[in-house]
Amino acid sequence: MSAHSTAIGVSSKRGVWGGGNEPLKASYGKLMMWFFLLSDIFTFAAFLISYLAIRVSYPAYAGPAETFVGSNEYWPVPELVFEAVPFLHGFHAPLVFVGIMTFILISSSVTMVLAVEAGHRNDRNDVVKWMLWTMLGGITFLGCQAWEWSHFIHGTDGGSVLTYINSLNQNVTETVFGANLVVNEYGPPAFAQLFFFITGFHGFHVTIGVVLLFLAFYQAAVGVYDKRGHYEMIEKIGLYWHFVDLVWVFVFTLFYLI
Amino acid sequence: MEIQDTKSTLQVEPRNEEKIKKIWKTAGILLAITVAEFIMAFTMDRGILLYALFIILTIWKAKYIMMEFMHLGDEVKPLFYSIIVPLIFLVWLLIALAKEGSDIFMMRW
Repeated sequence: MSAHSTAIGVSSKRGVWGGGNEPLKASYGKLMMWFFLLSDIFTFAAFLISYLAIRVSYPAYAGPAETFVGSNEYWPVPELVFEAVPFLHGFHAPLVFVGIMTFILISSSVTMVLAVEAGHRNDRNDVVKWMLWTMLGGITFLGCQAWEWSHFIHGTDGGSVLTYINSLNQNVTETVFGANLVVNEYGPPAFAQLFFFITGFHGFHVTIGVVLLFLAFYQAAVGVYDKRGHYEMIEKIGLYWHFVDLVWVFVFTLFYLI
Repeated sequence: MEIQDTKSTLQVEPRNEEKIKKIWKTAGILLAITVAEFIMAFTMDRGILLYALFIILTIWKAKYIMMEFMHLGDEVKPLFYSIIVPLIFLVWLLIALAKEGSDIFMMRW
């Protein structure tokens, strides 16, 4: 190495051994949040890439959209499965509701980054305002997901006639309505299983996120961060919230588009 | 009230309009890409080309979220690469397992 380095190999200017340093110029909390998010990205990547691998290992429905019927012989077309909207029973609006959900989550990510920007300026009023909007976005998204799940579980009016092996190990042919972990009217069992596990795990993250948002909102409102002297907590929770949005972008593509 | 009592000693800075404009611009780009994906879902034929385009557009959106919203681009280079390099290998995993899945399809049907 450099000939000018001291015996312990540290320049006196940086004073690394004096303590109080921030490795990678990021605070402890932010650094740990990044590495937590990295490991969480791997978890979701494993889920989503498995979805893709299982999805392409099944035949896909290839006929015209008008004559589509659910069957466990082939993978369904997403825009024909997710085509219901609340309050409009029997109305076909392919992907409209999930589009609204995506819009809500991206918007809440925008209000979150505005809260972080306000935090940099120590502007308590703006932080509180944008945190409240972000929280509302998160809660609305969770409500939409609850409806989406409920609709998916209860199914359509007609259902689908399927031949499958039921939980008593009998081979049966009957009309199936909705979805559970054994059988579903839309496609192979793996379709509903992956839907429940992946969107469920994402929804769980959103729920945790809403709790964290509320804590930060409350602490900002009562002036905890003003006393502390910085608004870094908003930044850390912001990182988590953007991550939730990031995962949804991939869930949206894999489940609803492909 | 306690809220009034906790007078801040921090100096409130004025809004940085340029930064805020950039945030809304990024939001606009994300929305535009999503709308483009929607249109493609209904106008293009299903197949490997469409799926590849969807995944590329999604990774593009992810880039905007990580760089602009999570400010990863503003971090120092070692932190930036320690996050990005492991993620690049996921692209390999994606391609490998998509190929594996379609090979299983060939064996079964």
